[in-house]
Amino acid sequence: MTTTELKKRTPDKTEVTREAHRPTCLPPVDVVETDEAFRIVADVPGAGEGDIEISLDRNLLTLRAAQRQSAPAGHEPAYREYTAANFERSFTLGDEVDRDGVKAALRNGVLVLTLPKVKAVQPRRIAVKAD
Amino acid sequence: MNTWPRNFRYGWNPWEEMDQLSRELHRALTGYSGYGAAREFPAVNIWTNEDTASLSAELPGVDPASLDISVQNDTVTIKGERPVPEHKEGENWVRQERAYGAFTRSFALPFRIDPEHVTANCAHGVLTVTLPRVPEERTRKIDIRVD
Repeated sequence: MTTTELKKRTPDKTEVTREAHRPTCLPPVDVVETDEAFRIVADVPGAGEGDIEISLDRNLLTLRAAQRQSAPAGHEPAYREYTAANFERSFTLGDEVDRDGVKAALRNGVLVLTLPKVKAVQPRRIAVKAD
Repeated sequence: MNTWPRNFRYGWNPWEEMDQLSRELHRALTGYSGYGAAREFPAVNIWTNEDTASLSAELPGVDPASLDISVQNDTVTIKGERPVPEHKEGENWVRQERAYGAFTRSFALPFRIDPEHVTANCAHGVLTVTLPRVPEERTRKIDIRVD
């Protein structure tokens, strides 16, 4: 085990105005696979249609959403468990996904991405004919 | 080795204790505590002023009609359920990170709530509840008369 040298911190003498920090979070996702498609379900509460950006660059699918501020004007924060964040998550797609058929739907703060599989890859059932 | 992403929206992870310790240490040394990870579902924020409190809860995927918001004295309770999705035949769950099930969250505010005037609305999976103070408990500004 290595010992990390901790630097002594001296307080800043200059006044610095701080910007409200907007963290980037990974939204939790569920990924389901069926014979025809992949389905990615992501929690993006507080984001409307215009706040979501889904981009596909070669085989990297990136989901970005900006959460709307819900702080009411004229109020002081009393109890805080979350901060308005930017959601971002990326997925690497395999060859079996049909890039042109990717669909997205948003409902109640849940984004559902449907990634259909290329037809050639979908399993085909071959019937056995008994003589 | 802890490879759980630090900025995962919901902070539960098996390395909770160690993570907590390292985070406290980090915060003590650098004064920075970002990331925005919440602990429990749903994550709730509460703001107050002299007349009301405003509560916002992240409830993605919860049907607003199934929520049960009740107010008693100074306590507001939110009950609801995010139904477990059915595992259909032929579906293979590759990854499950979202939590499901029933939840109850209660908050005791520093004032009595006026139940007649509580309003709640839900948009984009975020519930906002406005809880006004009982008239007797509204802070009143006292003017100083200068003779």
